[in-house]
Amino acid sequence: MQEVKQYAGKDYDVIVVGAGHAGCEAALAAARMGNKTLLMTINLEMVAFMPCNPSIGGPAKGIVVRELDALGGEMGRNIDKTYVQMRMLNTGKGPAVRALRAQADKREYSIEMKHTLEREKNLTLRQGIVDDLIVEDGTVKGVITNTGAQYHAKAVVLTTGTAARGKIIIGELMYSSGPNNTQPSMKLSGNLEKLGFELKRFKTGTPPRVDGNTIDYSKTDKQPGDAMPHHFSYESKDEDYLPVEDQMPCWLTYTNGTTHQIITSNLNRAPMFTGVIEGVGPRYCPSIEDKIVRFADKPRHQLFLEPEGRETDEYYVQGLSTSMPEEIQQKFVHTIAGLENAEMMRPGYAIEYDVVSPYQLRPTLETKLISGLYTAGQTNGTSGYEEAAGQGIVAGINAGRHALGKEEMILKRSDAYIGVMIDDLVTKGTNEPYRLLTSRAEYRLILRHDNADLRLTEMGHEMGLISDERYAQFEAKKQMISAEMQRLAEVRIKPNDQVNAYLAEHHEHELRDGILAADFLKRPYVTYQDLLQFIPAPAEPLDSQSIEQIEIQLKYAGYIKKSMQKIEKLKRMEAKKIPDRIDYAAIDGLATEAQQKLAKIQPETLAQAGRISGVNPADLSILAVYIEQGKIAKVG
Amino acid sequence: MTLMQTTEYDTIAAISTPPGEGAISIVRMSGEESLEVATKIFKGKNLQDVQSHTINYGHIVDPETNEEIDEVMVSVMRAPKTFTREDIIEINCHGGIVPTNKILQLLLQNGARLAEPGEFTKRAFLHGRIDLTQAESVMDLIRAKTDRSMQIALGQLDGNLSQLIKNLRQDILDVLAQVEVNIDYPEYDDVETLTTRLLKEKAQEVKARIEELLKTAGQGKIMRDGLATAIVGRPNVGKSSLLNYLLHEDKAIVTDVAGTTRDVIEEYVNIRDVPLKLIDTAGIHETQDKVEKIGVERSRRAIGQADLVMILLNASEPLTVEDRQLLELTKDKKRLVILNKTDLPQKIEMAEVKQIVAAEELLSTSVLKNDGLDELEERIAKMFFNGIENSQTTVMLTNSRHIALLHQAKDSLQAVLDGIEAGMPVDLCQIDMTNAWDVLGEITGDSYQDELLDQLFSQFCLGK
Repeated sequence: MQEVKQYAGKDYDVIVVGAGHAGCEAALAAARMGNKTLLMTINLEMVAFMPCNPSIGGPAKGIVVRELDALGGEMGRNIDKTYVQMRMLNTGKGPAVRALRAQADKREYSIEMKHTLEREKNLTLRQGIVDDLIVEDGTVKGVITNTGAQYHAKAVVLTTGTAARGKIIIGELMYSSGPNNTQPSMKLSGNLEKLGFELKRFKTGTPPRVDGNTIDYSKTDKQPGDAMPHHFSYESKDEDYLPVEDQMPCWLTYTNGTTHQIITSNLNRAPMFTGVIEGVGPRYCPSIEDKIVRFADKPRHQLFLEPEGRETDEYYVQGLSTSMPEEIQQKFVHTIAGLENAEMMRPGYAIEYDVVSPYQLRPTLETKLISGLYTAGQTNGTSGYEEAAGQGIVAGINAGRHALGKEEMILKRSDAYIGVMIDDLVTKGTNEPYRLLTSRAEYRLILRHDNADLRLTEMGHEMGLISDERYAQFEAKKQMISAEMQRLAEVRIKPNDQVNAYLAEHHEHELRDGILAADFLKRPYVTYQDLLQFIPAPAEPLDSQSIEQIEIQLKYAGYIKKSMQKIEKLKRMEAKKIPDRIDYAAIDGLATEAQQKLAKIQPETLAQAGRISGVNPADLSILAVYIEQGKIAKVG
Repeated sequence: MTLMQTTEYDTIAAISTPPGEGAISIVRMSGEESLEVATKIFKGKNLQDVQSHTINYGHIVDPETNEEIDEVMVSVMRAPKTFTREDIIEINCHGGIVPTNKILQLLLQNGARLAEPGEFTKRAFLHGRIDLTQAESVMDLIRAKTDRSMQIALGQLDGNLSQLIKNLRQDILDVLAQVEVNIDYPEYDDVETLTTRLLKEKAQEVKARIEELLKTAGQGKIMRDGLATAIVGRPNVGKSSLLNYLLHEDKAIVTDVAGTTRDVIEEYVNIRDVPLKLIDTAGIHETQDKVEKIGVERSRRAIGQADLVMILLNASEPLTVEDRQLLELTKDKKRLVILNKTDLPQKIEMAEVKQIVAAEELLSTSVLKNDGLDELEERIAKMFFNGIENSQTTVMLTNSRHIALLHQAKDSLQAVLDGIEAGMPVDLCQIDMTNAWDVLGEITGDSYQDELLDQLFSQFCLGK
């Protein structure tokens, strides 16, 4: 075979490799900051494609989308333009865990994002496979494509997803492939290994899709969307919200004993159990065969039938992820209520792919090994569109700042779920595809869905990703909230018949003395609207978001204060920077395990060092003393 | 979810006088909340208003029970002109293991944390208070003391307590996993929804068990009063040397108990964390100087009061009538028979001794040559902890750190209940529940961060 002749392509500031959910955010962020940006993807039909479930958001993930939006990311706006159903989850619980989820029109989502990329003035979207990196003196200089183009840039972001040496497995069938039967990237991984990166193999999977015309919906339960307007983006407007009758419902059904029996009797053909699959799969997203083996006593498992879009009748069978042979998939699909005659349009499959062990990254998502090289998304061992996008924007911002010669941006655990995720990845690494869960955040009461804008808009504006106009609106909202909070802390409600009648309705004692409006609102049953019956209305009526803020900040003040105190302490530890390239072996008194872990992970602050398992308080003290002393030996 | 890194800015407390001589002990506290914490337990002037570097008279009072603990002088030193450059409070109290420990525990229950070894010095260093050249020694201190105290702490954590705490944690974890699964997988109908009612039941139950456990710390007679210990034997057999050895160890705390006469001085020592109250030490000293006959009556009295008797025999001489009497008197007691003076040629009738004395009661020492004393300490600790295991209280809290942490766990569980009472949603009450779980984990050293997730995925069947 003839060798492809290389040629010099154009120069860019930032190159992003891969146009999945991470790549799109990275490229848009870098370009919007003023960098000439190239976004390379293997297949232009696959931009922001959802190879698995047709939905965005949910617990923790939905908050990430809001955080992205506050930072100036695209995912929130894009889903608000292309959803087919919107639903708020956990409404019966506290404010910290409310979670928005949308069912997406997959095709629309992809087309809309592609169009947004095309319209971005500093951004070039191009099809091609990046086979290698140009690296000089430990600094990335550009990329080389399979067609021979050499593109130079000041920073490169890799978001290779499951394409990196991807391998699809369906029963006995196995072949090299990217997601959804696209072309895989076969060369880049090997070249990363040559550069010294440690890679590992992960596995994920997807369920079969069935033809909606062959589903008997009467045997399933309808799961409609919400009538009350919700949006991911703070820019979206209530009047654009789809009425519930224009939304598409999902359908709930279950597996049964027969389903389980078919799977159990064919386990000898399940790649999960025959040793064919080597990659590590996620525990939170097990295949149906895995669920049946591990939870043998469960008589049934829930399944949701989710529409893939408006222009298609394909349905995604959530809960039925599998890599069993197609023949077996057909059989057990037909045992399920509502799917007795369902035509399977695509079989489920497992996919194995390469990931870069994330301890090799800094909290900016720059690799420690090569300056100017960033990685994000599934490449870093995560799973999920939102997790990918969240890393994408951080990598994109930092690549962009690197190219501009500006200071880097780090999200802390107390700033955002995105910060929690990145800190987990770079400090603890991960042994399975990493998914965000609310329980991973120690400050989840502070990292709420409703206050993502209050937490991050300022940062987004500073990065140049939030327009002055939107920032001014945000400032006005903030001002309005604090003015009204101030007012409520001063206005008194006097005991009178009206208040006492209200209290009697709620089976409460009558008011004897006056009470501050703020204190009255702290009672669990009192809403802000209730309160307005007893006190004068504010000069300017508040929007629903501001009202929600006031209610949450007052009602949960005690808990919020406790969390904030912890965060304050943490921030002081975060402020204690550890110089880079410390020779930990030269520090007397560190336990051996701590020495090894610190040398491997190279934490950047004392707080991060404290989160490494195996580094105990005595080691931290010794490290603190050494740093204070300033007598630190360096390596290299 | 445990985050150890925030300990750097905690307010810390410890007993700072070297245990041993002196009728005054000082409990020291350093950190931003020092004044606030001290104010909670001090009756006298409002410490928050007094001038810096003043000493203030008053009383330490347990805010829960209003019980007066001790009459004290409290020094208030505000940052930055202090040893650590943080606010420092020093409570000068009436020595004695009981009030001093109690004061320390009150501080720990009211917001301070027990200082790590060398931590005051470390802070002084980190805040630029002491010279850089001292850094090396500070680190040696941290390392050496931490290793030792960790060993001790692990040793103290007897199997029963450890198991009990683990069970409590597992119970909490089951609940937490369920709260989490309800939050992260809200649509899974096959998982029971954890209501505040269920959470309340669990919190009450665990809290009651912790309170039960804490009673052993507050009421355990032995822990409060020490294990009454008599040292008996003929004159010149080495009682005084043994006593001095026990008293002059760093761990020894000697005290005059107020209001008592010289005659009944009680001296407290801590042997491997077993508190011993040495009875009739005056008798031991007296018999040393005057060549009087062994006061068998006096010994009989001491033995009668003792929980533990140490009988010293002279291994370099044959058994005497008095020796035989003492052995006879103590045959039903918990005792250690110590053959001392093994550095001299041995003349004692070993066969006879071995017939009367059980092997586990018998040991040999040379107090003079410092020989066999480790073995002695070990035997004391073993006897004590075995005794406890067999007694009705299956678990005994002996360690200030454990007690303080259990109090914190109890407070967190109370906060869960308060939250439920106030109508807070389950995921907020769960914050305090998680805190209780974390705090208990500090006792057993289990703070594996992914424990909760492991539980979640093994207990529930989740995923797409």
